[in-house]
Amino acid sequence: MRIYVCVKQVPDTSGKVAVNENGTLDRASMATIINPDDMSAMEAALRIKDETGCQVTAVTMGPPPAEGMLRELIAMGADDGVLISGREFGGSDTFATSQIVAGALSHLGVGEEDIIFCGRQAIDGDTAQVGPQIAEKLNLPQVTYAAAIEKDGKVLKVRRLLEDGYMTVEVQTPCLITCVKELNEPRYMTVKGILECYKKPVAVLDFEALKDEPLIDLDTIGLKGSPTNIFRSFTPPQKGAGQMLAGSPQEMVNELAGQLAAKHVI
Amino acid sequence: MANSANISEFSGIWVFCEQREGKLMSTDIELISEGRKLADERGTELVGLLLGGAGVGSAAKEMGGYGADKMIVVEDEKLAVYTTDAYTKVICDVITDKKPEVFLIGASNIGRDLGPRVAARLHTGLCADCAHLDINMELYTEFLREASTVDVDSVKFDMEDTNMKMTRPAFGGHMMATIICPRFRPCMATVRPGVLKKAAFDQAKADACRIETVNAVLSEDDLRTKVLEVVKETRKMVDLIGAEVIVAVGNGISKDPQKGIAAANALAEAFGGGVVGASRAVTDAGWLTADHQVGQTGKTVRPKIYVALGISGAIQHRAGMQDSELIIAVNTNEDAPIFEAADYGLVGDLFEIAPLMTEAVKSAKAAG
Amino acid sequence: MILSREHELMRKNFRNFAETEFTTEIQEELDRNGGFNWEVWEKIARYGFAGTKIPVEYGGQGGDYLAYALMNEEFSRVCPVLAIYANTPNSLGGGPLLACGNEEQLKKYLTPAAKGEKHIVFALTEPGAGSDPGSMTTKATPDGDYYILNGRKCFISGAPIADYAIVYARTNPALRGAKGISMFIVDMHLEGVSCGKPEPKMGISGYPTSDIVFDNVRVHKDDLLGPLDRGYAVAMKTLDGGRLGVAAQSLGIAQGALEEAVSYAKERKQFGKPISYNQGVSFMLADMATEIEAARNLIYSAAQAKDSDAKDASIQCSMAKYYASEMANRVCGKAIQIHGGYGFIKEYKVERLYRDARVMTLYEGTSQVQQIVISRSLLK
Repeated sequence: MRIYVCVKQVPDTSGKVAVNENGTLDRASMATIINPDDMSAMEAALRIKDETGCQVTAVTMGPPPAEGMLRELIAMGADDGVLISGREFGGSDTFATSQIVAGALSHLGVGEEDIIFCGRQAIDGDTAQVGPQIAEKLNLPQVTYAAAIEKDGKVLKVRRLLEDGYMTVEVQTPCLITCVKELNEPRYMTVKGILECYKKPVAVLDFEALKDEPLIDLDTIGLKGSPTNIFRSFTPPQKGAGQMLAGSPQEMVNELAGQLAAKHVI
Repeated sequence: MANSANISEFSGIWVFCEQREGKLMSTDIELISEGRKLADERGTELVGLLLGGAGVGSAAKEMGGYGADKMIVVEDEKLAVYTTDAYTKVICDVITDKKPEVFLIGASNIGRDLGPRVAARLHTGLCADCAHLDINMELYTEFLREASTVDVDSVKFDMEDTNMKMTRPAFGGHMMATIICPRFRPCMATVRPGVLKKAAFDQAKADACRIETVNAVLSEDDLRTKVLEVVKETRKMVDLIGAEVIVAVGNGISKDPQKGIAAANALAEAFGGGVVGASRAVTDAGWLTADHQVGQTGKTVRPKIYVALGISGAIQHRAGMQDSELIIAVNTNEDAPIFEAADYGLVGDLFEIAPLMTEAVKSAKAAG
Repeated sequence: MILSREHELMRKNFRNFAETEFTTEIQEELDRNGGFNWEVWEKIARYGFAGTKIPVEYGGQGGDYLAYALMNEEFSRVCPVLAIYANTPNSLGGGPLLACGNEEQLKKYLTPAAKGEKHIVFALTEPGAGSDPGSMTTKATPDGDYYILNGRKCFISGAPIADYAIVYARTNPALRGAKGISMFIVDMHLEGVSCGKPEPKMGISGYPTSDIVFDNVRVHKDDLLGPLDRGYAVAMKTLDGGRLGVAAQSLGIAQGALEEAVSYAKERKQFGKPISYNQGVSFMLADMATEIEAARNLIYSAAQAKDSDAKDASIQCSMAKYYASEMANRVCGKAIQIHGGYGFIKEYKVERLYRDARVMTLYEGTSQVQQIVISRSLLK
């Protein structure tokens, strides 16, 4: 049994965001983190590993430095990593990305008892599309928004979050599950894990390795092939500056109340 | 596999009408209202697609009142409760048969499960979480004029372009991006709930709405997941999207979260029926549940009054509230970015100012 | 100093853990009410930080002295007292066992300490014997398969929560000074062992410190640790590693204080501009940062000396402890100065860091003891 965890290295958008002249994100100048939902996916996999001793493989698509992230996940407890990397893959939209990742997973082999965990969505795009699209390409059942998982042999019971509650869904392996942060509290690395993480295998799958995968349609990958394109990107205009009130707290509140009353807001 | 050659065969604007327990969702009305606009721009018809158990179609005509020319209804017991497999199969079958040009889905937890799966199976593009849609280029350039810093007159646009222009926040709200899907159809988008405006209901149009029923072709083998139960949370979920007044708290309450939340509650009540929102810092810390969160990863709100207490106003937060009609910000740091979005800024301690505001609002109401 | 990628990753991990788990609420609670935070301890144990420097075969993580220094630095940067939680089993608790425990003792005592299942503390100081071991009065008298312990230890960090203590006691009254002293592993639950009331302290509140009283405690001879009558020499060896830990704690405290001061200096406006625009303030920051960096290099270098068993490692550890602890006190003083009156108010973290820093020049060998050690090595 093997669990694949699909992860993404993302710019830390909680800090300062740098934008290039052409409107794209200046990723080079920003700190990167492991996408938070993906950490929950990794933790979900590691908990199953704690119980069953199964193999956990961290899979990512990205530029070569993304290897560092795979090492961190290995230091948390993953057994190995797979880096899908190639210039031909750059600029892929979710459709193109999911084809490539699905092709890579199929290349690695998804067995009857295997599970693929993904984060619900990545904080740089917030699309939540790649997980379900990988499942579709691999023809696997999916459960998204997983907030609790119970595994009993090949059967998984998943609590799937809805806006107004939840549903409990039963699914069998092989399957794909996308995880939300409510699912668990991801573990930290350990010193022992860190000392070992550079000694464990990280395989690199480049264009050459994947180009003959039947799941990958070479016409619809990369920046040019992706079905969706950026027509225009722009920055929203800044709203006109408001009014800073002055004085003591009581004076400011009085002024505010006066203005709101004058505008018939209260 | 690729259907790029056949774009001209696709026509009609379609909306997926989501239902839960047989009831249509508020997002459906938003999408149908928007779809009407797009269908008019394109000179084509607007079709709603409704899947559900027996009898679900009885509510279908209502969508006509918001602009649908036709509703396609698929009733089957296997569709009563949403499952990825059943819905994907049925929808892909209908779309493959009828070839719509545009297919819109609400970006709910169900829509975001379904949309990508359908798009991947149909081999087409999907734009997630859209906030604005245009087909007509003149309308799009007008939109840019209003909503962007782009110098529209100096840009040469192809004014004949008939791709749907799907605009969404990118990079945590720091940017907006307009996405197109030029080579494949249908062009698909999931649309953020609460962002698009609802049209007024028109009974005559509802009566005129045509209903077409389609039979689902589903076998047990098609369904690989089983829904064991659907549970409505008894916990009262906060209706941020429908609220007229939101008093939101940020990291500024960290000194005494319970007291800060209580102060926000009191102020919200003083305004009359206000609710408490939160920044991500607050929900991450567990001081309030995730349904309170406003912002890029939370909800987009546009209340009449938005009070930000101790929220620094990171751009991700502003993305979710900057369209509020009136914004009041209280923060100890006079350089906090929230003040850039605020109509009224008060520099000071929320623990001191919020109770004063509560009193002031109460007495103004009593006097008024 | 350029760290290896493993050590860089460790730093990132230690920092992430401290910033996430050592919340302001926990820190303030511990500072106000003392006691011990078992939840944080449980997490420190779960992730193996109690055994960072202890070999894997004894339940530890197999890290080196540099890893250990990084942990102390990063944990102290956020919360000095919680750094001590993770530090103790790695240094004074586990150190003597590692230095001279037999296989049975290592398995029995070190392994659970490394895993954070048991607390081991170090009991050397007595009311009348601090820096001077010759005045030690706790004694152990042989009685068949047992030794009978009598005496009192004081200022023992962690005593109230300890399961075991490494206790130094005089076994040979005929020998003078540091000779005639032996080490014992004492189960704190044995009859006759009792702890005094936790001492109210100036700083590092939240890791209880108290007396331990031994009243005819029967310790089995299997729990004699190391050679009879020559235990004090071992104690001195152990103190090296502990001094490195205190040095790294000092470094972390100073770094934390600097960061507080920088952010305050940028935020606080007087005369219409941030106070950082005044050279009187900005030059203080420059001095603080420079001293911190000097200490950091000294500490990392001492850690690497320990890791490579260099001859002068012991002296380097003393130098690092001496310099870093004094430096931390200077830096915290300046951090408060930059805060002005606010620095004197408990609401500001520098107030606590200043108090926490104070013990660094005192425990595990005062600055003056370090000076003695350093100067003796020059003059011998």
